[in-house]
Amino acid sequence: MAAILAEGLTKVYGDLRAVDGVSLEVPEGEFVGVLGPNGAGKTTLLEMIEGLRRPDGGTVEVLGEPVWPRNPRLLPRIGVQLQASAFFERLTAREQIHTFAALYGVGPARADEWLERVGLVEKAATRVEDLSGGQAQRLSIACALVHDPELVFLDEPTAALDPQARRNLWDLLRGIHEAGRTVVLTTHYMDEAEVLCQRVAVMDAGQILRVGTPADLIRDLGAPARNLEDVFLHLTGREYRA
Amino acid sequence: MRTPFAAIAVAIVRGFVRDKASLFFALVFPLMFLVLFGGLFADRTQSQVDLITVGDVPVLDELPPGAEEAFEETFDVSESDDLDEAIAQVRSGDADVAVEMQGDTLVAHYTLTDQVKAGITQGALRAFVDGTNVQVLAQEAGTPPPYDLQVQQVEDESLSTIQFVTPGLLGWAVAMSAAFGAAATLQGWRQSKLLRRLQLAPVSNRVVVGARLVVTLGIALTQMAVFVGLGAAAFDLRLTGAWWMAVPLVLVGTLCFMALGLLAGALARTTEGAVNAANFMVLPMAFLSGSFFPLDAAPTWLQRISDLLPLKHLNEGMLDVMVRGEAWSAALLPMAVLAGFAVAITLLAAKLFRWETV
Repeated sequence: MAAILAEGLTKVYGDLRAVDGVSLEVPEGEFVGVLGPNGAGKTTLLEMIEGLRRPDGGTVEVLGEPVWPRNPRLLPRIGVQLQASAFFERLTAREQIHTFAALYGVGPARADEWLERVGLVEKAATRVEDLSGGQAQRLSIACALVHDPELVFLDEPTAALDPQARRNLWDLLRGIHEAGRTVVLTTHYMDEAEVLCQRVAVMDAGQILRVGTPADLIRDLGAPARNLEDVFLHLTGREYRA
Repeated sequence: MRTPFAAIAVAIVRGFVRDKASLFFALVFPLMFLVLFGGLFADRTQSQVDLITVGDVPVLDELPPGAEEAFEETFDVSESDDLDEAIAQVRSGDADVAVEMQGDTLVAHYTLTDQVKAGITQGALRAFVDGTNVQVLAQEAGTPPPYDLQVQQVEDESLSTIQFVTPGLLGWAVAMSAAFGAAATLQGWRQSKLLRRLQLAPVSNRVVVGARLVVTLGIALTQMAVFVGLGAAAFDLRLTGAWWMAVPLVLVGTLCFMALGLLAGALARTTEGAVNAANFMVLPMAFLSGSFFPLDAAPTWLQRISDLLPLKHLNEGMLDVMVRGEAWSAALLPMAVLAGFAVAITLLAAKLFRWETV
């Protein structure tokens, strides 16, 4: 069974076709990256897959279940990290993850384990507003994983992280992937996608331009491509984006 | 482990009590007005008359029982031996009246600067002299005076300051924190994408809204307890019979102003905008609904406008049952009106609501 099965997904805002007939199949247990410049439609695509937005066209199934309308059977099986600031205001890191754990019927002990796993034990009593960007990012990821989901969506999880935090997070993400979970990641860092992802989909202007393993994409492009970044720039051009 | 409902409610309570600004505007700010109105303005219309006695004034020393208490309430007495200096004090406004005995006649020197006080002084002194005369004459004649006067206060329309301002200010405080709380939560959570995040958790919207509702109702009841407690303890607030009907009244009123806050939150694009919009709706409404001063003297057209405002009905209902001594049923109509407003505004807010600011 596919973790994600999307066919012909389309979302239109006025004249803008934000996502234009995208099909994507992600087998269970795969680590897949969605790459694209700003405004390419990555976030809209993910939100339709997560069940947050209703597609204007096409169908999508996640873990064998329909995602729209809001499907309570599916929600405990997926974990979503939207962005670092999606927190309850003025709670400490520990209170924050305990609250999210309670929403999923998960006890405080397992929540504390996650705090340890993302290296925030020392910051447990710090309010989320006082965490650094990287700490908030790690807490946000821990909150997305606290209920042990089968499928994890991470939206630019390493943005605003320093190299240390980025490498530590890579280890963490590899760990959760090796534990058998399916991971969908969006990122601007091509090295990250190259290192972590088994397959990447390069998106622009609402469409998926190319899907494949990083190595295949580099080889297909031939001589000028030395890495995934060259492939990316070749596919999406070098103009400035929004 | 907490249920999802309890977890969200606890998170909201923590967010509230840790936010100094919202705590200030929910409790401290309205209480400042209560202290201001209840404390400073309470005695303004009935300040005591400053009276100087020059030499011995036996008629005032031998007041009949009962009159003595009234005398002390009316007059602030000081003594002097120098008539000229006492009159000079009256003339300069430091005292209101100077009295001396000339034989059996009580002579009062007063000014007309403050005509009300001059009237009180004359009337009171005449009453005390007459009362003493009557008592002396009655003793000599051996029969009690034929007529007697007994005074009994009734709950009247013109309430004392604290009686009037407590329900009005409480109404304002409840309206403000309910509207701000709802507006700021809705906008803040939308901005931070927490609303989205909660959409992706296996909790229904009912649980999220219910938790916010229960916390807001709890805050409103806390405000009520603090207001009534402080009013009674420090400013002699006296609640009348059916005051407990103010509890359901405040709860329905809270729903109504939460709805208004949701409307503000749905309309605005930023948290600041939502709070400003709530402020824009609640503050003028507080003035027009008699939260700060009675509207009895306002022009009729203004009173008709205020009838269209939910806060007016909350204030009137609370005045009726908390201090005017009306029956519990007096709160039913205001509650029905507030419930109507709550439903209408909620529907409007739901129509305008967007999950995200696009």
